Amino acid sequence: MITAVVIKTVFILLVAVAGLVPVITWIERKQSAVMQDRIGANRADVAGITILGLFHPIADVVKLFTKEDVVPHGANRALHLLAPMLAVVPAIIAFAVIPFGGVYQFGETTVDLVVANVDWGLLYIFAIGSLATYGAVLGGWSSFNNWAMLGSLRASAQMISYEVTMGLSVVGVFMVFQTLRLTDMAIAQDATFRAFGFLEVLFGISVPAWLDWVRLPNWGIFLQPLGFVMFLSAVMAENKRPPFDIPEGESEVVAGYHLEYSGMRFGLFYMSEFIEIVVIAGVVATIFLGGWSVPYLPQEAIIGGVGSVFGTGFATGLCMLIHFLSFMVKVVAMIWLQMALRWTLPRFRYDQVMDLCWKILLPLSIANVFVTGLVIMLIEG
Amino acid sequence: MATILFYAFAFLAVVGALGMVLNFRNTVASAMSLVVTMVALAGIYVLMGAHLIAAFQIMVYGGAIVVLFLFVVMLLNIGTDELSPGRQRLVKLGSALIVLFLLVRFLRVLSGFPEAPPAPEGFGGYREVGIALYTDYVLLVEMASLVLLAAIVGALILAKRKVD
Repeated sequence: MITAVVIKTVFILLVAVAGLVPVITWIERKQSAVMQDRIGANRADVAGITILGLFHPIADVVKLFTKEDVVPHGANRALHLLAPMLAVVPAIIAFAVIPFGGVYQFGETTVDLVVANVDWGLLYIFAIGSLATYGAVLGGWSSFNNWAMLGSLRASAQMISYEVTMGLSVVGVFMVFQTLRLTDMAIAQDATFRAFGFLEVLFGISVPAWLDWVRLPNWGIFLQPLGFVMFLSAVMAENKRPPFDIPEGESEVVAGYHLEYSGMRFGLFYMSEFIEIVVIAGVVATIFLGGWSVPYLPQEAIIGGVGSVFGTGFATGLCMLIHFLSFMVKVVAMIWLQMALRWTLPRFRYDQVMDLCWKILLPLSIANVFVTGLVIMLIEG
Repeated sequence: MATILFYAFAFLAVVGALGMVLNFRNTVASAMSLVVTMVALAGIYVLMGAHLIAAFQIMVYGGAIVVLFLFVVMLLNIGTDELSPGRQRLVKLGSALIVLFLLVRFLRVLSGFPEAPPAPEGFGGYREVGIALYTDYVLLVEMASLVLLAAIVGALILAKRKVD
């Protein structure tokens, strides 16, 4: 039991933190270069070989570790050193409840590919996300710098505001799937529904039988399209990256709450943002894109189909692998989407970010809860 | 396992609480100690199976209310000299009284632990709490929402007056 948890923890951290995060720093540079018609990072090389600049993440880490770690005069030393860790730790422990595969039966033993398969998975993520505020708040305050302080005030105001929207925008998803356990959510999405069935239920229009063939995967994005857009905006604002990067602003508050940080401590703040990108991708993929499920190919179909030829044990193992790859494809797609948005949209002003949260997203998410309830009531009669 | 975890969380909660009360020199560190206590309490709630309370403990107390405290503390920037010695003595006296009270309670607990009735199925889960809140206690929920609405209106009026 404990060994299984340790193996799963090490695996997910190796894949998500040690594997994806360095690649994301590379994509960040390369994608921005492509979108701005530049060549991009291609100078770091080992014996003249650059492989598209893939050595840059390594060069970054070496640089950050060897730089001097400056603690400003008048800073609160203990809190200044603690703040970057408080920023990184919540981002890392959020992986505990994200399922990277389903539940599988190997004879007697049950294997579920999630570190902690808890009943309140999504609530856990929200709770951990709310603790992420402390890294930003303390980082700015303990630096003893007015700009850093202003940056941390902006960061915390933004994060606390968007926490409300983030929670409310997925209430519709809870209502549709009737669960908060992320594994169960993914299992519920491992099915299909009639794409035109809603016409019958809502408007009483009879749908011709041949249209019944048009089926969509039971994914959150099809059942809660507005919820998807709102949740994605809210979590991206939580992450404080452009277009929501109001804690930073070269012309207003300089670099924001990590202004006085250098070396690897600055690197930790930076890393926490990149880890959060992976967390966001994982959560969005799980609750809106079907998690590990493969569209139109439910788990029983894979195990039944392959199992009839090669035996159930092999089929289950293969299914596990396919599901993990399917999850990773969705995660990478969501990372790509976040990167594309980050390099496409211009930056919001501070008041625009707050208006978007309180005047647009919050009323819309409450309306979404209301409409979802109404539709569920109509469907269930 | 659960017992070890309970004592670990209980130890953290007590350390955090003491750190909060006894930290006169640095009010921000004091507030951070409060966060430690809140998170440790959430851990104890998880051990009790009250998952919803645990999540709300971190989200509301750990994530929102203490951040509010931090805001106030940071922006007022209270130094050591602002807490007069007389006030400090008062705080110390008060905490000593509380510790005495807790010690008496602790001795009573040691002398005999009352057997708690077993919790019903699904106790403390979001489903059960939600059903209870919106069926049996729906009037109280509505009353609480009215109180919150009044607070929002009050805050708006106070903030607006300063702007105008």
